[in-house]
Amino acid sequence: MEFKLFDLGLIEFKQAWHFQKVVFAQVKEGVFPSALILCQHYPVITLGRLSDKRNILASQDELKAKGVGIFQIERGGDVTYHGPGQLIVYPVFNLQLFKKDIHLFLRRLEEVAIDLLSDFGVIGSRRPGLTGVWVHKNKIASIGIAIKNWINFHGLSINIKKDDLSGFRMIKPCGMDIEMTSLENETGRDIGIETIKENLITKFKDI
Amino acid sequence: MTKVVLPELGTGIEKATISYWFFNPGEKVNEKDDLVELTTDKATFNLPSPATGILTEILIPVGEPAHVGEILAIIE
Repeated sequence: MEFKLFDLGLIEFKQAWHFQKVVFAQVKEGVFPSALILCQHYPVITLGRLSDKRNILASQDELKAKGVGIFQIERGGDVTYHGPGQLIVYPVFNLQLFKKDIHLFLRRLEEVAIDLLSDFGVIGSRRPGLTGVWVHKNKIASIGIAIKNWINFHGLSINIKKDDLSGFRMIKPCGMDIEMTSLENETGRDIGIETIKENLITKFKDI
Repeated sequence: MTKVVLPELGTGIEKATISYWFFNPGEKVNEKDDLVELTTDKATFNLPSPATGILTEILIPVGEPAHVGEILAIIE
């Protein structure tokens, strides 16, 4: 799929959320057919539309002391954590140019993550009924999207660095007892995020 | 009177859960306004209003499932 690329680097969630909406409006107006936004976030907790606040395990005081904000947002899925070392991908794709099929798009996002992992020798897989990508029993990529007028926003987060996983202890990811893993954990190598981005962009072009 | 019906959402998707109503009964809506948001799997999606008028009735509340082809609301 043809898209305009935006690489925002390390950015506060709130700023990137606003940026997504600006890009969404441009896709809707046909300024460009679709867009791919890449970034990393400072530590933040986001809650999907039908999520349960009890899945935030850390106290308000703890979150405040760590400077971790909480945002209730319009994507699907329950609670998740984002922090530096996680690659965040927001495909603002016009699904009218792809296929108007919500589940198919979710499966394609999983496929992108699985293909990316395989570039680095890691075998990712799906688990029936549990959207996301897993390595053995541990989750490596999480998905939560919102589709308006058949244009997608929000997206995919892939755990790259091993250090970022501690933040997940503040929550019950997706409202389940899930152990997280990262590309670094699985490969034993610290792979540069720029290399990963290049590979990822290629996967999205082939979507 | 316009019936707001849940359209086809993709292969194998038979139902979705109402996750947000953008309007309350009795309020005026314009055609193409975001009317209702639904959730399926890890995705939310909006349904724009099919007509301009008063949202007289919401038939399925937040948290409840709706099936493809089912009437979600009435606009008059």
